[in-house]
Amino acid sequence: AGEGGAPVPGDGAGPPAPQRVLFPPTFSVSEIKNKQRRHFMFLRWKQQQRKEKLALKKKRRKEREALGDKAPPKAIPKTIENQRVYDETTVDPNDEEVAFDEATDEFAPYFNRQTVPKILITTSDRPRGRTVRFCEQLATVIPNSHVYYRRGLALKRIIPQCIARDFTDLIVINEDRKIPNGLVLSHLPDGPTAHFRMSSVRLRKEIKRKGKEPTEHIPEVILNNFTTRLGHSIGRMFAALFPHNPQFIGRQVATFHNQRDYIFFRFHRYIFKSEKKVGIQELGPRFTLKLRSLQKGTFDSKFGEYEWIHKRREMDTSRRKFHL
Amino acid sequence: SPQVVWSMLGNRQFCSYKMTTKTQNFCRNEYNLTGLCNRSSCPLANSQYATVREEKGRCYLYMKTIERAAFPRRLWERVLLSKNYEKALEEIDENLIYWPRFIRHKCKQRFTKITQYLIRIRKLTLKRQRKLVPLRRKIERRENRREEKALIAAQLDNAIEKELLERLKQDTYGDIYNFPIHAFDKALQQQEAESESDSDAEREEDDDEDVDKREFVEAEDSELSDFEDMDKLETSSEEEQEEEEEVEKKASHRKWKGKTPLKGPARRKRPYIEIEYEEETEPSTKTKAA
Repeated sequence: AGEGGAPVPGDGAGPPAPQRVLFPPTFSVSEIKNKQRRHFMFLRWKQQQRKEKLALKKKRRKEREALGDKAPPKAIPKTIENQRVYDETTVDPNDEEVAFDEATDEFAPYFNRQTVPKILITTSDRPRGRTVRFCEQLATVIPNSHVYYRRGLALKRIIPQCIARDFTDLIVINEDRKIPNGLVLSHLPDGPTAHFRMSSVRLRKEIKRKGKEPTEHIPEVILNNFTTRLGHSIGRMFAALFPHNPQFIGRQVATFHNQRDYIFFRFHRYIFKSEKKVGIQELGPRFTLKLRSLQKGTFDSKFGEYEWIHKRREMDTSRRKFHL
Repeated sequence: SPQVVWSMLGNRQFCSYKMTTKTQNFCRNEYNLTGLCNRSSCPLANSQYATVREEKGRCYLYMKTIERAAFPRRLWERVLLSKNYEKALEEIDENLIYWPRFIRHKCKQRFTKITQYLIRIRKLTLKRQRKLVPLRRKIERRENRREEKALIAAQLDNAIEKELLERLKQDTYGDIYNFPIHAFDKALQQQEAESESDSDAEREEDDDEDVDKREFVEAEDSELSDFEDMDKLETSSEEEQEEEEEVEKKASHRKWKGKTPLKGPARRKRPYIEIEYEEETEPSTKTKAA
């Protein structure tokens, strides 16, 4: 609809702002009552918009070519990662407080090489074939891990037994409708418990162009993009699953890559073809995780103290805000 | 009279409590004793009737007699049964004394079944309860789409390759990979012969420093010189002889690939010796080529 110009209200000192010229009032396409005609007018308007956009692009390109070398550099396209809302808990590499925290938190014994990781992998009750096979494959990927059947045992009772037998981590894979869909990772001598939602699980046979089976060598670990404080602690949790001394002869690498709060796990075998080129071949299962909650002690859903829970209403409001 | 009621409801006309299936008719009436739609089980078609029902874990015996047929509010008389199983059975017996056998028997059967399921409920509540959390379709769909887009944005293969090359540059692999023409020639200055283990000691120290400075704990150390990795050397080096050496090494090491995981320490010693071999045999290969 047409706009009317009004003099800017302000001090009477300055002269009144010039009135804007009124063109004949344009009608918007949405005011036409007839659907067919409205649709037609809308298409025509759209075509016009596209033409204008194309013309603008062409003009800009011509200007760019005309300037040649003196042309200003191309604008960086906006991506979600560029536009990410700055999180104040982002870890600064030189932060002393963070370094101090990490030296004294539950993973300190692991990072000081005092403990060797020993992992117990189990499932929820009565796992189906797919989950069982996934557990087995996960056990081959993570060194020094053991799979045990659940058989209706309560986690609260398993945990003291695990601690007594020197296990450092407990992984519970939750299953729903014959596919694994959740993962609970608990660091045992009362370490934090993280609950993830697991999706796109691919077993080894479903991966195309996979290599041979993962060998017994200890893989390297890559943790990408864990920037915030929360992400940092989760990253350390993952790192604590693998022994400290990767066997480079195995040429295997396990990757936890965080992108927009989704953690992608991949297991590859790499080979350096030259110093600038490396080839990777995917073996091993793959899955993606999304953090749902992080709890301070070991698994205790009723009385535990939660460090972080994903609250949909508060945290999912902005598309550019990520927590990990 | 009950006969009329039955001939109407049971057979010919409509009874709203009756549910028919292919093989049987069921009765949905809450006072029904057996749950089936029969002449003897229909609470509407029998003027003298009794049932056992439970409420909040306590069992009651409900009785209906002809005398009260005119007073619907007082129709069903309720008796609380004792918690003790045998005592409750006796109570049923004494309340339903002189009643038809069928009703007495069925009441006791029903009471037994009810007590058994109450016991089971109590046992189950002590065990772990499985809490079902409903999925929300819109949210599931949204998360799946975001995951796909995040996967595309992640460009995992590139990221992993970049990271590995970074690590190669930072010398975390130490001596394993032998690329003579690489950018970190400054590392070459530290040691002349890259196949010596002496330099590994220096390298390890450097690597430890690098590892400590890093932000994300990458949980790795540089390994001792592992010459089993020579089999991976595919880069062409400056001299043809080295290439031939490598080809020889590759050929010999290829056989070992399956065995290396088993005999770790033994393997480590052998390649060291092998290199000396190759230096010796250099002239022989030269002569062959010539």
